[in-house]
Amino acid sequence: MPDPPGLELIAQGIEEGRQGTVIETSMEHGRATLIVNPDGILHALTWLRDTPEQGYRFLSSLHAADYLPATPRFAVHYELLSRERIERVNVKALLVDPAAGDETNGADPVEKLPELDSCVALYPTADFQEREAYDFFGIVFRGHPDLRRIAMPEDYVGWPQRRDFPIGGEPVLFTHNEIEAPRWFE
Amino acid sequence: MEVERESLRARQLRARDLLRGDLEGRDLEEYVEERLLTTTLENVLNWGRSNAIFPMTFGLACCAIEQISLVTSRYDIARFGAEAFRATPRQADLLILSGRVSIKMAPVVRRVYDQMLEPRWVMAMGACSSSGGMFANYAVVQGADKFMPVDIHVPGCPPRPEAVLHGLNKLQKLIRGQPDLGWRQRYNAVGTEEWARFEEGKPTKEALERAAAAIRVAKPTAPSPHMPAGEAEDMGDDV
Amino acid sequence: MADEILRDEGDITERGVERVTEDPSAPLVDLTAEIAERELEGPGLEPEQEVLTINVGPHHPATHGVLRLIVTLQGERVIELKPVMGYLHTGIEKSCEDKSYWKVIPFVERMDYLSYFFQMEAFCGCVERLVELEIPPRAQYLRVLHMELDRIMSHLVWLGTTALDIGAISMLWYCFRERDTILDLFEMSAGQRMHTRYFQVGGVFEDIPAGFERKVRDFLALMPSRIDQYEALLDRNEIFLHRTRAVGIVPRERLLELGVTGPLLRAAGEPWDLRKSPGYLSYGDFDFKIPVGTVGDGYDRYRVRLQEMRESLRIIEQVLDGLPEGPWIADDRKYVLPPRDELSTSMEALIHHFKLVTEGYRVPPGELYYPIESPRGELGCFVLADGSSKPARVHFRDPSFVNLQSLRDMSVGGLIADLIQNLGMLDPIIGGVDR
Repeated sequence: MPDPPGLELIAQGIEEGRQGTVIETSMEHGRATLIVNPDGILHALTWLRDTPEQGYRFLSSLHAADYLPATPRFAVHYELLSRERIERVNVKALLVDPAAGDETNGADPVEKLPELDSCVALYPTADFQEREAYDFFGIVFRGHPDLRRIAMPEDYVGWPQRRDFPIGGEPVLFTHNEIEAPRWFE
Repeated sequence: MEVERESLRARQLRARDLLRGDLEGRDLEEYVEERLLTTTLENVLNWGRSNAIFPMTFGLACCAIEQISLVTSRYDIARFGAEAFRATPRQADLLILSGRVSIKMAPVVRRVYDQMLEPRWVMAMGACSSSGGMFANYAVVQGADKFMPVDIHVPGCPPRPEAVLHGLNKLQKLIRGQPDLGWRQRYNAVGTEEWARFEEGKPTKEALERAAAAIRVAKPTAPSPHMPAGEAEDMGDDV
Repeated sequence: MADEILRDEGDITERGVERVTEDPSAPLVDLTAEIAERELEGPGLEPEQEVLTINVGPHHPATHGVLRLIVTLQGERVIELKPVMGYLHTGIEKSCEDKSYWKVIPFVERMDYLSYFFQMEAFCGCVERLVELEIPPRAQYLRVLHMELDRIMSHLVWLGTTALDIGAISMLWYCFRERDTILDLFEMSAGQRMHTRYFQVGGVFEDIPAGFERKVRDFLALMPSRIDQYEALLDRNEIFLHRTRAVGIVPRERLLELGVTGPLLRAAGEPWDLRKSPGYLSYGDFDFKIPVGTVGDGYDRYRVRLQEMRESLRIIEQVLDGLPEGPWIADDRKYVLPPRDELSTSMEALIHHFKLVTEGYRVPPGELYYPIESPRGELGCFVLADGSSKPARVHFRDPSFVNLQSLRDMSVGGLIADLIQNLGMLDPIIGGVDR
């Protein structure tokens, strides 16, 4: 992991290229995190990959997380790895849920989904992983060649791994709640 | 039923008579009855079917690995005649559904099951295919019997290969027409399956209590090895 | 039927034309000109130029699990390949959000169902780093021991099933014979053959029983000769060589772009192994080598995995030789159950036990990504903790999921028989792909 001064230098380098990209840096449990503005994500990733001293050319993992009830609600994490120096850095793009505060209560037929630029051109490994983030969280990656569901059936409605999506399943029937399910044995 | 064994000499003499054509009438009939096994065609067919099951390779998840180790030499399924795993449903008898059935996979399983020819059986191997297992969520069908008739469930996560073989044995008995009732037979509790028989199609607490009171668990016929002698009589109806 | 699939999946052949022309790593057979000059639909097509789209799976004897491949063929050559996943999606990651950290461990085991110890280590290691809990050295050694046994077991299953797919059917019985020996060891230490729930946050659940070490040493004495037998059967086998040599080659740079790790990457010549760089647990104490291939074809992948089995045996031997005495789980009662004999004497222990069992331990807010080297590549666990006793997000970066992206590069331009073999050499475990 880059040490705190190294992390600050990285943040400065990214900021030089495009102002307002890096919102925050943090170092937690030995993990260096750069919190970036979603508009500047491609710039940040390109800088990290192409700058000769950095060279984070391996994308270990691209995953999304839902921080409900905090805002901004979604974050897409990019775990970057530099194999020459064996250093990892995490880039986190925070996304606001556009459907939050929706007074119409879902009356709008087109669902408003958070959007982010796709980094498949930079890191081809992001192909399946961005599809997975789309499938489970509804995060649309602009520029992805083939953004569709990957694990759920094609016609599934809903974004399963969002925090407000119910976990589903059936209640387990015990003797105390048997009577609520008439003729359950049929 | 004890067959009285005649002395060896007497049997030899009767065999000699048969070969000479000297046995007649009642003697001949008795001789033949003692030695021939007569049965109905259906029994023979069922015996053949049970001993030559062609399972289908339908491994879905972790239970599939235990299913593969069933085929291998330690837990040899070939002892029971079921080593010919067929990949095509047209040639398979038994669908061993090993693993969790996700909602995307359920129509596929059903389609494969429909393509199987009669007679066919289904074994739900493992907790996930029997009842959804530990995954009570949006993605797993809570038990294969939601969309498919299942003949035998084998619990476990994953079940040991011996458990699957035990299930296979029970299935074989079922095929032969002598289903192994297990604990229901031991405790003489036949008829407990749908014990809540409701009137007017609506369950009420009184109906349930009445049905419960109507069940009598019979005293064990043989003294249990776990009870010290003399205490078997003390087990009353409140067991 | 072919028309339906073409229409549903958005006209694969059209896309096939584009990808083939602008793909920098050109396939072995350049069909661009031929495809461009013919019409691909309609009855005016001659039989030998026809393009056939077939559906391989999800129920298929050769796919390692329920993976569906939509393959576009021209004769026997694969010109396009699309994997369709999700037939084993179990919602494990979502279920984990509903369970206390302790209960997540059995869920997380069942993702990649051949490397259950690795998944346990990824999760437990991540949580241990989040709560900053040190695990005692004996626990570290025991974890390494079980993980290396699991690695051997996973490679044995891989070898058995892949050889079965290629046609060397008797390998299945030999490999599973050794696998049963390993599972006996797991049963001895953890109580169950598969999905043992042995690793807990803080160490391992229980100490190894007496006699375990001797049994492991017996296994170590037995295994090298068995690996020699596998090599004798397959290494110079003409059919095996013809089938695996020069098949499924993807250049190393392309593999790195695709995020492929593990034996696939090492077979292509890149010595990248997380056990060495940077290392975790107590792997730094052991002396072992990383087998690396040259070309990256099927034969190299086979050799790399066999050699990894041998290296794992070396590691296990060093673990046993250096196994330190001491506790097998950390002492911090906030996260680890107190030993049972204390429950009847100490009130505090009882309270800790009660809190841990009913509510579970709370992890302070934070998030962490912890990668380890599983038999298939980099297995990373991301845990987002929000301060309660249940994780807010558990995500696994599964190696099979990412490695599957390279299947297209491996198979396009080759024969369909090679596709099956590439799938075997890729070693995907669909439980990990779908989670």
